[in-house]
Amino acid sequence: MHELAIAEGLVDVVTERLPGTKISEVRLEIGALSGVVADSLRFCFDLATEGTELEGASLQITEPGIQVECRTCGDTFVPDGAGGSGARGAPILLCPCGSADVKVLSGQQLTITSVKVA
Amino acid sequence: MCATCGCTVDFDEPGDFGDPGELGGLELPGHGHDHGHDHGREHPHDDGRTVTLQQKILAKNDNLAQRNRDWLRERGILAINLMSSPGSGKTTLLERTSEDLAGKLALSVIEGDQETDLDADRIRSAGCEVVQINTGAGCHLDAAMVARALRTLDPPAGSAVVIENVGNLVCPALFDLGETARVVLASVTEGTDKPLKYPQMFRSADLVVVTKTDLGPYVNFDAARFGEYVGQVSPRAMTINLSAVTGSGMASWSDWLTSMVSAPAH
Repeated sequence: MHELAIAEGLVDVVTERLPGTKISEVRLEIGALSGVVADSLRFCFDLATEGTELEGASLQITEPGIQVECRTCGDTFVPDGAGGSGARGAPILLCPCGSADVKVLSGQQLTITSVKVA
Repeated sequence: MCATCGCTVDFDEPGDFGDPGELGGLELPGHGHDHGHDHGREHPHDDGRTVTLQQKILAKNDNLAQRNRDWLRERGILAINLMSSPGSGKTTLLERTSEDLAGKLALSVIEGDQETDLDADRIRSAGCEVVQINTGAGCHLDAAMVARALRTLDPPAGSAVVIENVGNLVCPALFDLGETARVVLASVTEGTDKPLKYPQMFRSADLVVVTKTDLGPYVNFDAARFGEYVGQVSPRAMTINLSAVTGSGMASWSDWLTSMVSAPAH
């Protein structure tokens, strides 16, 4: 259950970037390969923001799909089992050519994209 | 998902907002569906200013980790982040390593556990300098904990520090500690399919060590297939099979550690 630490991390980032600023909305990108479960993060967000400038802010999470480039054949592909946004878990990143030597282009995002100032 | 309002409701026109990776935090032009919010979810809208951050959520930890990495590099110190399930044999491996490398390589250890100094006592008895971190409810070590431990430990230049993470195959994978390399252990008793079941952890490994090979005859562990699975999730990771009890394979592990200390890369 590392999502609490993740939620605390995002509070740290926002309060350091915008000290003393009341925040009404936080927007995140959580990729399916990031190792973070969006639902668990939503659960922890209220706990982590309590008593901070983010308390009561809404949390909007986009879950970008997985896209991978094969280092062997050069193809870009969406791996089997990567069911786009909302997909849980991390599918095996095996290229149709048989190679597992791949570079992840999308899916590892763990990013605060923007916040809305109240 | 609607990339403007963030609603996770499936719309009739998937993909009408383009690649989410390109959206950033910018306000978007109209994107094909009604924004009157008649799709069953309420959330407040206001006229507040939107500030684009595009910053990693773990930026604070990552920055601290980089500071640890710089500190270690300046002193030519190798730092290994050792991760596995509880009971895979991390501490036993370190006890044996300490004995095998005595007089050859200065080794010290940062021990991470939820509670107790039991592992630190074992490592100290094996002749190593050690600092224990108790995480309490925490399920992983982070860069700030390791920074404090490194200051206390004060390892000599040219030495190796092994950071024994909290036994957990999930959470520690996300937290950069500033290590030079990541080593993931799996014992033969845990089963052949571990790399596929915990791909996040194995994907981050530079080296995978299979432990307790002396128990191989008593359990249904297929070393060749395990190696294939490691190759599927982490094709660049090396694998070493060993038993800290019989000593089989320990030379390969010691050689790897020693070569890493002298490698110019770090």
